[in-house]
Parts: sequence; structure tokens; C-alpha cells
Amino acid sequence: MTAPRRNLVEVSDLKLHFPVYGGLLRRQVGNVKAVDGVSFDIIEGETLGLVGESGCGKSTCGRAVLRLYELSGGAVRIDGEDIATLSQEQLRRKRPTMQMVFQDPQASLNPRMTVAAIIGEPLDEHTDWSRARKLERIYELMDAVGLNRDFANRYPHAFSGGQRQRIGIARALALNPKFIVCDEPIAALDVSIQAQVVNLLEELQERFGLTYLFISHDLGMVRHIADRVAVMYLGRIVELAPVSALYDTPLHPYTQALLSAVPEPDPWTETRKERIVLKGDVPSPSNPPQGCNFCTRCPRVMDICRRIDPPYREHAPGHFAACHLLDETRTDQPKDGARPEQDQPHIHQGEDA
Amino acid sequence: MADGALPVLDVKNLKTVFRTRAGDIHAVNSVSFDLKPGELLGVVGESGSGKSVTMMSLLRLLPMPPAEILQGQVMLGGRDLLTTGEDDLRAVRGREVGFIFQDPMTSLNPVFTVGFQIMEPLRRHMGMTRAQARRRAAELLQLVGIPDAERRLKDYPHQFSGGMRQRVMIAIALACDPQVLIADEPTTALDVTIQAQILELVKELRQKLGMAIIWITHDLGVIAGIADRVMVMYGGQVVEHGPVREIFRNPAHPYTRALLQTVPKVHGDRDDKLRVIEGQPPIMVTVPTACPFRDRCAHAFDRCARENPARREIAPGHDVACHWDHHEAAT
Repeated sequence: MTAPRRNLVEVSDLKLHFPVYGGLLRRQVGNVKAVDGVSFDIIEGETLGLVGESGCGKSTCGRAVLRLYELSGGAVRIDGEDIATLSQEQLRRKRPTMQMVFQDPQASLNPRMTVAAIIGEPLDEHTDWSRARKLERIYELMDAVGLNRDFANRYPHAFSGGQRQRIGIARALALNPKFIVCDEPIAALDVSIQAQVVNLLEELQERFGLTYLFISHDLGMVRHIADRVAVMYLGRIVELAPVSALYDTPLHPYTQALLSAVPEPDPWTETRKERIVLKGDVPSPSNPPQGCNFCTRCPRVMDICRRIDPPYREHAPGHFAACHLLDETRTDQPKDGARPEQDQPHIHQGEDA
Repeated sequence: MADGALPVLDVKNLKTVFRTRAGDIHAVNSVSFDLKPGELLGVVGESGSGKSVTMMSLLRLLPMPPAEILQGQVMLGGRDLLTTGEDDLRAVRGREVGFIFQDPMTSLNPVFTVGFQIMEPLRRHMGMTRAQARRRAAELLQLVGIPDAERRLKDYPHQFSGGMRQRVMIAIALACDPQVLIADEPTTALDVTIQAQILELVKELRQKLGMAIIWITHDLGVIAGIADRVMVMYGGQVVEHGPVREIFRNPAHPYTRALLQTVPKVHGDRDDKLRVIEGQPPIMVTVPTACPFRDRCAHAFDRCARENPARREIAPGHDVACHWDHHEAAT
């Protein structure tokens, strides 16, 4: 990545609200704020990891970035063009630059189409190539993702989960995209197959200079593949940082809890680790709490958190977070019950043996 | 845990096949293991490795046909569960052996209240009256950490979140004070923060109630935190088995070793390139006469294709089914 670093994707204040209808007249009675004011950039050639628990809005966010949903607000600039305002036809012509790999390779491949037809469909849609040229390209793609050319005329059911995901990746690559949203591409795969697919994604990125938005709930895998990571909670980004900063010095209490909740495959640290166990469940996005979204579960909640939404600020170069605890230490003294920074490195207890 | 104590559950040479139109699938091949009182045995393997089918076979919970248990012995409390009558077995299910299934969404009945579903085994197995059962059900919900238990008995499963539903499942499994609890991927469908809650709960309940637990998972991290012993399954067989620290410190089977290296860590050093186990898990269409892992194994040699390795002990309580001597790797 020696090329000049420019932002390929710029998302600002992205909002996606799903209406809720109710009552006798089916009037709109509220909104599910699936994504509520999210901003981030993705630098060309990098992988931005997007993590969070189910229902936090990470998948919706990924789809909204490609305008697979109509946005409720905000802008998404891809390669300098705001796709939120494009007409349908302009958007269609923009599609080849931005593609998606879906979570469930079983559900995202048409069972009645052959592999060649699936991989070739984007070519049918966006090019006027001859049959022979398309077939050539299909074979090329199959080689790139490690599928045997002889299987081009088979149907998806004849393939295993990992191979199906390769088909999905080949389809996403067909039109030489710059940007690919990978929505939980490995969640449905077995552990030994996950590594194969992740290595393939990394290899393709290097070869074709791809930019990824990698959505996952697997914090270990995101740490491996991402350059920077954004943590989402209830429709917002609570923290965004380069991968080493996020995993070594997480600032937001939610990120800290999330990281400490991941069980490590190591009986020594596991039995001695002090785990931050969050109480309760994620609140409903149709009725988020007042103030900070995380205040109902935060182990270090303060008065101010229940009243005022914390600002999303840069606390170290490239390290953004939205939490009053971080502002407290700068401005005035913490009030009753609030503990300042002292027990920050919570997670690393018992790690060094 | 209690070494030398008589096992509560002793399984020998269990073999289960599925007779399908496309041919037989040998899902479980001569699996043997035991479970000591109060111990937690972790069972690790990928999908299709036979871990769930093994546990379902113990209580004959599989649809038969297509499943058929060809041979084996499952000793629980002095009798063989594979030869007991269906009525006797029904008295074992839920009473002596509790079961927690993977997906709390589909394993609770949506049209009955949670209270009814917890009370069902109590009334059936323990002969409690409705009032007694209700009292006990409320206690159980409280035990698994559901606030306002009394009132929530009247709620239906859809009124609970995923983590809460799994707590309800645990409450049902614990209702009759089973000696053995079998948990089949109980946290796989849950988020990490909720998984952490459930794991804490299980640790706490173990101390309080002291039952023996079989915990099926594909997550080595979960195993590391809670298991006393680990059994690694592959292709319907036990390929390695031993005390948890021994398995993590001295994994002997190439599959276990590779598995431990394919999982990226959240803490510690970041690995540059993930180790990959090439190829696919096998589908067992014949009785294995060769090692099921040989096609994906970096250490396979001619003997592996000729002979399915038997389990051999390499350290006290640690056995492996592999022809390759992993100590050679060091030299």
C-alpha cells in the first residue's frame, strides 16, 4: 500500500430508519433507528472492520453504504460521487465499482442457476461482451478464487459451504470492483474453512487492490484481516481506531467489555481472566435510551450519561470514541460514583503468564 | 475433578449409521468415553464430525429410521440405555439426563408459556402438584438469573430475548436435578456478551449443583474456559482426548494442532497469515478402514491409508488416534 492514501469511501451522518406501523389505520407510529448517524471513511486499499452484536445495525449499515436500502439521511461518497442522490440509472452504472459478498452462501446463490451463470450474471447485466469472452472471464474468476473450471456447469447444491462462498466472491469480483462490502462472509462456515476464505480475501485484495468493508461479529477474525476497526452499538459507532490501538487500548467501556467477553483458546489465561460481564440485553432500537445508548448496560455509567449523548471525538490520532468518561478526565472532576481512568487496562489481567 | 471415581456415564464402542437412499452414512464410529461425577467434558469438532449425533444416540433421540444404532453400550446408573425399553428411557430423559439444545428459538414451544414448559418435567417425572411445580419453576428461573421470575412464568418464549431463552432452556434442563447435563452448542447462537453471561452462569451452577456436564462446541475458547477434559471428534471418531491443559499444551493429533492454529486470537500477538487446513471434512459413506483425516493431514504416510489408527495413550489420561508420532516433529 504505497500508493497515495485517499479516501475511497466517505460516509457522513448515515441514517437508516425503518418505519413502524401500528394502530387501526396502520399509521406510522415510530421508527426503528437501525443506523443512526454513522460517519466513517475507508481509505483506498484498506480493510475497515465493522463489529458489533446482532441487531446493532452493522449489516444494515453495510447494505446502506451500497444503497441497497434508500437512505433516511446522510451521504455516502464512493470514489467522489454521492450515491445517495444518484438516479436509478446512474446508480446502476455505478454498481460495477461496488459489490457485496453475502453472509449465507446457501441463500445468496440461486439454486437453479449453474455456477457459470451465477458468476456471469453481472457480466450479462453490465457488459455487451460475446459469449466466448464472458466464458473466458468466468474461467479466469474461477481460477482466481480457487474453484475447479470443470465444475462451471454444476449447481450450487453440489458445493460445500466454503466453495459456495468462493462462488459468491467470484461473482462479486466479476466486474472488477474497487470496493466490496463483505457481510459476515465467514459466519456460516466451519472453523477450518473460515481461514481458507479469509486468506483468499486477503490474497485477492493484494492482487486486485480491493478495498473492503468487512462486517463480522468475530473479533478475532476482524483483528486478523482489518487495518482499522469500527465498533457499533445500537445504530451508532462508539469507537473507531487502527486495529492495534483498538485491541490493545480500547477506550470505550463497550469495546472493553466486548473484547473481554471473547473466550481465548488458552486454559491458563481463561481461568484467571477477570471478565467484564455486561448485564442485560441490548435495548430495542425503536426505543433507544435517553442520553448515551450504552447507559443501560455500562458498568461505569454516570449521571451525565443518562441525560446527554456523548460526543464522538478523536482522542488520539485516528482513534475516535464517544464516551463521557473520556471527556470527564479532560474537563472537570468526575462526580459521585464515577471512577476515572484508573482501572482502564482491565482486560489484560493475567495475560502475561 | 474426582479422579478414580466411578463414572456416572460410560459409553463404549457406540456406532450409529444413517440409512439414506443415497447409501449409508457412518456418522458415529466406535466412540467410547466416560464422564465422572461433577466433571465437565468438552466435545469439540466441526459440523459433521458426529458430536451431536453421538450425544443424541445416548438417549435414542434420533429419528429411527433413518438412524440406526448398530452397536455399543451406554451405561448410566447400572443399566444400558441402548437396551432399556422406551418407557424406561422416557423416565431417564429430562430426569436423569438433561438436554440443552443449540437454538433456544426453535427448541421452546411457542404456544405454551415458559412456566408450563418448565413445570412439564416436574409434574411428569417428579409427580409434583401444579402448585408445587409452579413454586419450583419460579425458583429455577431465579436460579438461572431471570429477574421477576414469578411473573415471567406466564410469559411466552417470544417475550424473552435470545440469552433469556437460553436461560429458560437451562432451567428446564435443570428442573429434575439431573446427574448428567448434555449441552449441545448452547452458546453458539448467542452474542459474545450474552455468551459470557451464560458461561458465568454455568460455572456458578456447577459449583452449586455439582452435576456432570457434557458441553458440545466448535469454539476452542469456550472449552478452554470451562472444561476439565476435552474430546476432539473428527469424521465420526474420537481423534484425541485428554485433560484440558494437556490438550492445549501438548496437542498430539495433527487435526487438533491445526485447529488450535487456525483460530485468530483477540489478545496477544497478531498472526500474519492464518494457518489453513486444506480440503473439506469427509462424508463417511463407508466404514472407515483408513484415517479419516489423512487427505488433509500434513503428516500422512502410507500406513494412514491402510489402517484406521486406534486410540493409544501417550500420557496419563491423554490418548490420540494417530499413527504419526508427534514427538518426531520436534527433532
